[in-house]
Amino acid sequence: MSILVDKSTRVVVQGITGHHGSFHAAQCKAYGTKVVAGVTPGRGGTTHEGTPVFETVAEAAARAGANTSLIFVPPAFAADAILEAADAGLHLVVCITEGIPALDMVRVRRFLDGRPTRLVGPNCPGVISPGEKAKVGIMPGHIHLAPGRAGGVGIVSRSGTLTYEAVGQLTSLGLGQSTCVGIGGDPVQGMDFIACLDLFERDPTTRAILMIGEIGGTAEEDAAAYIRGHVRKPVVGYIAGQTAPPGRRMGHAGAIISGGSGTAAAKVAALKRAGVRVVESPADMGAAVAAVLARRAARPARARPPRPARRKPAAARRRRG
Amino acid sequence: MKIHEYQAKALLAEFGVPVPRGGVAATPGEARAVAEGLGGRAVVKAQIHAGGRGKGGGVKLAAGPDEAEAHARAILGMQLVTPQTGPGGQKVQRVLVEEAMPIARELYLGMLLDRKARLPVIMGGPGGMEIEELAREKPEAIVRVHVDPTTGFQGYHARRLALGFGLAGDQAKAFAAMLRSLFRLFEAKDCSLVEVNPLVVLQDGRLLPLDAKITFDDNGLFRHPEVRGLRDLDEESPLEVEASKFELNYIKLDGTVGCMVNGAGLAMATMDIIQRAGAMPANFLDVGGGATAEQVENAFRILMSDANVRAVFINVFGGILRCDLLAQGVIEAVRKLGVKVPVVIRMEGTNVAEGRRLLEGSGLNLTTAADMWDGAQKAARAVRAAA
Repeated sequence: MSILVDKSTRVVVQGITGHHGSFHAAQCKAYGTKVVAGVTPGRGGTTHEGTPVFETVAEAAARAGANTSLIFVPPAFAADAILEAADAGLHLVVCITEGIPALDMVRVRRFLDGRPTRLVGPNCPGVISPGEKAKVGIMPGHIHLAPGRAGGVGIVSRSGTLTYEAVGQLTSLGLGQSTCVGIGGDPVQGMDFIACLDLFERDPTTRAILMIGEIGGTAEEDAAAYIRGHVRKPVVGYIAGQTAPPGRRMGHAGAIISGGSGTAAAKVAALKRAGVRVVESPADMGAAVAAVLARRAARPARARPPRPARRKPAAARRRRG
Repeated sequence: MKIHEYQAKALLAEFGVPVPRGGVAATPGEARAVAEGLGGRAVVKAQIHAGGRGKGGGVKLAAGPDEAEAHARAILGMQLVTPQTGPGGQKVQRVLVEEAMPIARELYLGMLLDRKARLPVIMGGPGGMEIEELAREKPEAIVRVHVDPTTGFQGYHARRLALGFGLAGDQAKAFAAMLRSLFRLFEAKDCSLVEVNPLVVLQDGRLLPLDAKITFDDNGLFRHPEVRGLRDLDEESPLEVEASKFELNYIKLDGTVGCMVNGAGLAMATMDIIQRAGAMPANFLDVGGGATAEQVENAFRILMSDANVRAVFINVFGGILRCDLLAQGVIEAVRKLGVKVPVVIRMEGTNVAEGRRLLEGSGLNLTTAADMWDGAQKAARAVRAAA
């Protein structure tokens, strides 16, 4: 088991004939993912390295059974690609593209409201469930470890390579990962921390959660509030950018401290108040997860408020993304 | 991307928003000419991107063209220091000379993206105070309306804001027209901020933006060549401009450990861990997905242009990245550029052992690190040793 991607995932790669699309489609296939189709307008009816290419996502869904899209389309056309995939009714869209204008993403988010399609990204590394051999993204498969029978660690992160760092640490400690979700570095995105936390909380193969945040916005503070009310599994957190100067965009479009808000310190404080174990050093992420799991195993969970009702909380329902 | 006040006002005018009469001047003579054309009192305003210009002496009232020329002479070429420029200040290359008008009231108006709501928001409140201060001290005084992209700017948005500002009748109508135009600009040019602070109510009842600040979404620039043309390289750090030419994301800081990392989150984390090791990062540098030999050389070139750098920490976590190729790239760059400071490299990817072997056998001051913490500590130690 896992969240978002598993053995039933059938991927259509939008932009498959481009340099990045082509390379990563092959990498995902090699990992074991079912890459069943590609879409490049103008190349429908051809085959690319053994994968049938279609003119439209709707065709890929109807004729190749695609239920998930992986998008490698340049920024000028990426919003269009996401909308097309959502309109075709795919379950999940993972958009790798960096550089999509924020107002485009505002319109995309609005379109997705009320539709069943989930979006991860943009400007993200994608989603991987090692135990399911399902990789929908650009992360290096080989550093991941499938979870054992006791379950694994769920990771949700705004970063790409910092997530790989965390995965590397966990794998070297023998702690497998249930699913790793890179939600991306943009200010307006699909699934946020809360949406992923909700899925991890309900996933039987996830026994601990690692949250990797960074400066900018209030997503981590909102997640902290959600954790207090709805998450019982142990959560470890790290916030990147403690030394970032205010007012500067630190790489990611969303990583900017502005008007005093979005600081690492505020996020750390909010997460700690929610009972999250926050590590100060990025080198300690893996060890902290190991420690909270060992503590959980050693003694029963302390008394908690009653579990919330079966229905998905409103906050998470709205955040399907 | 930021622009100057005079450029923002030109854009406002292009979209039908009334702006004060005036003109931009690059010499005292030009300032005099503009003031003569205006007749009467004028304001001479330094044109730099940073705010707080008045506090630094960059905004002066002139009784007429003589004083306008004198103020322009004093302001042009000055290194204007404001609470927002940093201690070095910013050199003033232009001034905006505008008609001075009798003001009855000051208001604040801003349009930006509300990240939490994932919608554009228009907010307004009493002016005269910094908006952050207002948000802290009197948040109830601020009116906010969100605009849904599906339906766009509506009349009721304007009415709610007008009510919040205490505007009625003809003033409310003029205000509504102004809002509509500003929001059109916000969307049409992919702005991340359109701010009028203050929006003044003149004694004769007219509404006028006294100052205008527009910031553009960097991700939108590709589709606005006319906006790209407004960029002022003098306002940007030369190293950062140089880096962007190579598609390197570089931000200069004040420390002594130069960093080279792939990925923004890992780059920020690297800055953090250097601090934990007792040193300070000299920069943020994301080489992105291409840690090729050429990019490594370009990155070194930028890093070593910073005289503060006493050691370099390279932290690269690649998936399919070949560490032996990265090692070769580092060795070549160090040799070619004559890098003298110690370089600590931590890398993950394929062929790690081979990469380490190459670095250690190079005869150069290159140290390998087992992990991030080891690398940060080694870099900090190198800086202390150099002191």
